[in-house]
Amino acid sequence: MALNRREFIHLLAAGAGAGLLSACGRDMSPGALKDGLAYDLPTFGNARLLHITDTHAQLLPIYFREPNVNLGVGPMKGRPPHLVGHHFLKYFGIPEGTQLAHALTYLDFEEMAQRYGKVGGFAHLATLVNKYRNEFGPDNTLLLDGGDTWQGSGTALWTQGEDMVKACNALGVDVMTGHWEFTYPEEVVLANVEKFKGEFVAQNVIATEEALFDDVPVFDEDTGHVFKPYTIKTLNGHRVAIIGQAFPYTPIANPKRFIPHWTFGIRDSEMQNIVNKVREQEKVDAVIVLSHNGMDVDLKMASVVSGIDVILGGHTHDGVPKPVLVENTGGKTLVTNAGSNGKFLGVLDLDIGKGRVKGYRYHLMPVFSRLLAPDQAMESLITELRRPYVDKLEEKLAVCDELLYRRGNFNGTFDQIICDAQRVVGDAQISLSPGFRWGTTVLPGQDITMERVLDQTAMTYPETYVREMKGADIKRILEDVCDNLFNKDPYYQQGGDMVRVGGMDYVCEPGAEMGQRISHMTLDDGTPIEAGKTYKVAGWATVGSKAPGAPIWEVVSTYLRDNKSVKINKLNVPKLKGVKDNPGIEDYPGEILS
Amino acid sequence: MKLSRRGALKRLLAGSAAVFLVPVSALAKWAEKAFNATKLDEAIKLLWPNAKLEKSDKVRLKAPEIAENGAVVPVTIGSDLPNVKSMAIFVEKNPSPLTSKFDLFKDAKPEFSLRIRMGETSKVIAAVETTDGKVYFTEKEVKVTIGGCGG
Repeated sequence: MALNRREFIHLLAAGAGAGLLSACGRDMSPGALKDGLAYDLPTFGNARLLHITDTHAQLLPIYFREPNVNLGVGPMKGRPPHLVGHHFLKYFGIPEGTQLAHALTYLDFEEMAQRYGKVGGFAHLATLVNKYRNEFGPDNTLLLDGGDTWQGSGTALWTQGEDMVKACNALGVDVMTGHWEFTYPEEVVLANVEKFKGEFVAQNVIATEEALFDDVPVFDEDTGHVFKPYTIKTLNGHRVAIIGQAFPYTPIANPKRFIPHWTFGIRDSEMQNIVNKVREQEKVDAVIVLSHNGMDVDLKMASVVSGIDVILGGHTHDGVPKPVLVENTGGKTLVTNAGSNGKFLGVLDLDIGKGRVKGYRYHLMPVFSRLLAPDQAMESLITELRRPYVDKLEEKLAVCDELLYRRGNFNGTFDQIICDAQRVVGDAQISLSPGFRWGTTVLPGQDITMERVLDQTAMTYPETYVREMKGADIKRILEDVCDNLFNKDPYYQQGGDMVRVGGMDYVCEPGAEMGQRISHMTLDDGTPIEAGKTYKVAGWATVGSKAPGAPIWEVVSTYLRDNKSVKINKLNVPKLKGVKDNPGIEDYPGEILS
Repeated sequence: MKLSRRGALKRLLAGSAAVFLVPVSALAKWAEKAFNATKLDEAIKLLWPNAKLEKSDKVRLKAPEIAENGAVVPVTIGSDLPNVKSMAIFVEKNPSPLTSKFDLFKDAKPEFSLRIRMGETSKVIAAVETTDGKVYFTEKEVKVTIGGCGG
C-alpha cells in the first residue's frame, strides 16, 4: 500500500497523538511530499524544544531496523519502551503497513525499506530542524542533543569527534550532554567542548578528589562539576532550565582509562537539589532534563525526583512516539526517548506560564530522506568532512543475501558476521562481541562497504584478543552482562544489549535472578561447555585494559574480502525461558521454551 | 573565607585540619574480634551482643548502585537520630563483613565519608548505635561488575 500525503500526516499525528494532541487536517496539493509539507505541524504554546539523541555520527542517510526483541522484565514488562512489532503498533494506535509503522518497528523491514528509502542524514535533518525552528521563531526554539553524537562512524573516529562538532555547530545545537563522547581522552573531550558553539551540560560528571588536588580543569571548584551542570535559556520571555544528565555508568560500560579523573553515577539526590535550586533561586518557569540515562532509568528517576517537567531521554535508542507521564510527589513528569542514528527528531511544544508548564504537544518525527530536500550548506559541509576518507569508506568488501542488522536484545545478523569473522580469523572455538545498540542496517544484496563495517565497530578501544578461558569464566561474563540488561531495578542496568556470541549456544531466562539466568551452554556441535575446561575465545572492546590484537574492523574486513559473498550459517541466539507472553518479543529466530 | 572543594581538600590533605579526622575508633577499644568475623551475623553479634537491629529511615547510606571500581567504593554513612554512640558499615559478602566502625564523642556530627573495598556484588549495611543501646540500620545493594558492552 502506497501512502498519500494526507494519510502520512494523519498517521504522524495519530501516532504522536492521544492526550492533548489533535490531528492536523490541513489539505495539501499532490507532490507536496517532496517539499516536506507532510511534516507540517499544528502550532501550540509559546516555546519549542527540538530533540535529537544518539545519532552516532551518521552524517548520511542510512537504514536502521528497530528491534524485534526488546524485553522488559519485572515492572517494565509490556510497558514502553519494551514493546515490539504488532504489540508496539497496537499500544500506540498506529495502523500496520504504514510509513510510520515502518519507522517505528521492524515489521516487513526489507520490503518497507525498499519502498520508503533511507532515514536520517544531517542534511535532511537540518532541513527539518530549520523548518521547525523558523516556524516558531529562533528565539523561541531550542535544539537539544542528548549525546552519543561524536562516535559511531569512521570519520568521527578519525577526527576524534571533531567532524560531528562541526556538523552540530552547523545544525545549531544549543545544548548537549554525553556518553560515547567520553570514550575520547579527557583532553580531547574538553577541546571538542571548547569548539562546540552550544553548551555541554552534565550534573553527574564530577572530578575525583585526587584529580581536584592535582588541579585538573573543572567548571566549578566548589562542587567539582567538570561541566556546567545546567543552563538557563529564555524562550518567549520564559526562563527554562536545561539540566544535563550524562550516561551514569560511562566508566563501567566503557574504559575508565580515557577519563581517569572523572566520576559519574545517577546522583538523583543531587539532581533533586539542582531542581530545587533552579526553581527556588533562579525562578525558572520550566525544568527540562536532557538525559542519557536510558529510558528505564529515566522512568525511575522521574518517579523519585520531583519538580522536573520533562525528561528528554536517549541512550536506549527507543523511538517512543508518545511521552510517558510519570507521577511523583511534586506532580507529573513527561519522559520521552527519541530513537537513534538521526532517524527521528523529537518536537516538544510547550505552553509555559509563570513558574509552570500549562500544556504540551509532542511529536516524534521520522526523518525520511526522500521526503526532505537536503540542506545545501550542510550537504557541502558533509562532503568536505568526508573528502579525505571517501575511498577508504566506500571500499566494497562483500555482499550478503540476508538483511544485516544489530539492534535487539540478542545476536543480530551483522553481529553474527562479526562473531564468525573473529572465529575464522582468530581460529577460535568461541567468539564474543559487545551488544551495542548502534550500528546501521544493510539490505540484502547491498554492498557491505568499509563504511558499513565501521558503523558497527568504529570506536577508541577496538583491539581484539584471542585467549584461553575457562567455561566458568564464559558463564560469568554472560551472567554479568545479562544482569546489566535485565536487572529488575533500572538503576542497576547499564543499557546496551546482551553480549553476542559465536560458536556456542545457551539457554537464557531474563526474568531469573543474577547468576541464574544462563544455563545449558554448549558448543555449536552440541558438546556441553564445562566449567573447568579451557576454550579458545576471540573477542574485542575490552574495558579493563587494552587488548593486544588488531582492530576489529580489520578482522571483519579481512573475513569479508576473503569471502566476497558472505553467508550466515547459524545465528547464535539463545533459547529463551519465561518470555512467551512478553510483548517485547516477536518473530524470534531462536527457540522460545516458555 | 569561602573554601572551594579543591581548597578544602588541599587544606585537609596538607594536614591543617587532619587532627579532627583521626578516627575516634582509634582511641576506643579496638573491636578486633568483630573485624575478624567472617559472617555478617557474627560480626554484628560481636559488635553489639545484645542489640536487635531495627530498620530505620533515620539512618542514611549513600553508595553507588554500581561501583565504578570495587577496590574503592565511595560510601557515606549519616544519621538523623539523637544521641548516636557509634556507627558501622558492613559488606555482607566481603571475607570480613565489618569494614569500619566509628565511636562518636558527644555532640559529634554523625556523618562519615569513606571508601570501602568490595570483592563482589553485595548488600552494604549501615548501622547506628544510640546511647540507649539500640541499633538501627539501612541497607543498599551495590553491584560490582566486570563492565563493558554498554551501548
